Amino acid sequence: MCLAIPGKIVEIAPDNPNSALVDVVGMRRRVDLGLLEDDRPVPGDWVLIHVGFAMSKISEVDAIDQMRTLEMLGECEAAVQEVRGYGLEEIEDKQAS
Amino acid sequence: MKYVDEFRDPELITRAAEEIRRLADPNRHYRLMEVCGGHTHAIYRFGLKDVLPSNIELIHGPGCPVCVLPMGRIDDALSVAKDPDVIFAAFGDMMRVPGTHGSPLEHKARGMDVRIVYSPTDAIKLAKMNPQKHVMFFAIGFETTAPSTALTLMRAKSEGLHNFSIFCNHVTIIPAIRAILDSPDMRLDGFIGPGHVSTVIGCRPYEWIAKNERKPIVVCGFEPLDLLQSIVMLLTQLQKGEAKVENQYKRVVPWEGNRAALRAMAETFQLRPYFEWRGLGFISQSALRIREQYAEWDSERRFQVPGIRVTDPKAAQCGEVLKGVLKPAQCKLFGRECTPENPVGALMVSSEGSCAAYYNYEHRKGGLLTTISASA
Repeated sequence: MCLAIPGKIVEIAPDNPNSALVDVVGMRRRVDLGLLEDDRPVPGDWVLIHVGFAMSKISEVDAIDQMRTLEMLGECEAAVQEVRGYGLEEIEDKQAS
Repeated sequence: MKYVDEFRDPELITRAAEEIRRLADPNRHYRLMEVCGGHTHAIYRFGLKDVLPSNIELIHGPGCPVCVLPMGRIDDALSVAKDPDVIFAAFGDMMRVPGTHGSPLEHKARGMDVRIVYSPTDAIKLAKMNPQKHVMFFAIGFETTAPSTALTLMRAKSEGLHNFSIFCNHVTIIPAIRAILDSPDMRLDGFIGPGHVSTVIGCRPYEWIAKNERKPIVVCGFEPLDLLQSIVMLLTQLQKGEAKVENQYKRVVPWEGNRAALRAMAETFQLRPYFEWRGLGFISQSALRIREQYAEWDSERRFQVPGIRVTDPKAAQCGEVLKGVLKPAQCKLFGRECTPENPVGALMVSSEGSCAAYYNYEHRKGGLLTTISASA
């Protein structure tokens, strides 16, 4: 929960500047950008994500290091599971389609 | 150190370790507290102890939010969730934390509607998907997760979502550090400051530790090199007789913190007059409650909450371990009645809990526990 997972902004929702599609460990998930409203990230930027919210902008080098730290901590799988959102995203997508 | 080879710059690690040996006065015993549970996990995982001289002792602090939550709060929330119209939603970390009558997961096995969510916004989604039910999100965490809960409250209000509320257990780190410094059986030389909490609050809130308590504190990242560099910085200050706040984790932590996050917290939360912490007892102004303007989304205002207080199982010494007075393996239950598979106390549940970290990386390697029990 307190772990920060790095992700790369893919696109920002045209109708909601606080909602971004983010590539996190090879998966895509909606992430809330509300906590970065003073320093808005743009597509291509890397962010550190806590519980579904982007908390800080980081460099690509730091993002890769952070990923390696998660791996070393044995938390990668936990991170992947968290990013999947325990199936909630899929449910939402299915309902939307 | 086992993970040196995998790390990006083993040479820097070796140099930092050498620098620590050079700086540490062999006639002095150093007690440095890492406040954050994430650091505790990293320290054990990386086997940091193996590269530190024996007179540098790392004391594990109270920064694991799952661990410091008293059992009564879990009981309170589960008693609300007995209502079949209520869905209990929480982070995965909470699921196996024991309440008096079992963990949330055990309640789920008995028929309670318990859901794991990754984000508080997932709990909002759950509420929208289940309009006939009420979703109660069990919020925990220090300032790292509190801003996310704050924004979630603001979103729920602006969307007029009426079947959603938050059972707020957010705590703040500064009063806990103060309580530890006030504790008569605790002698510390300095602090390894929390990384991600500081992303939010910045470095200023620690200034009193340096100024009034004359203890150095270094805000620190989570890689092995970060931890070693922070220890170098602390030892350098101690050698010079200085006490300053320093930021080793500049690549992520701005000195002023995240203002947008602090604004969201100020908008939605106020300080509770006091809050109970496992091991530390009642600490004044140490936790957040939801402001009146958001009362509709406050589970504690919306439901009858019994206000249960439970003393921890007598044999378990979670409190002493949390305060850093005992090492995990010195607890009578450690590794016997209390294991990660079958935890008695919360410190054995969370990966950030010092007991779980100790068990997974020290105990299983063998050695330490045997040494301690042999000398007892």
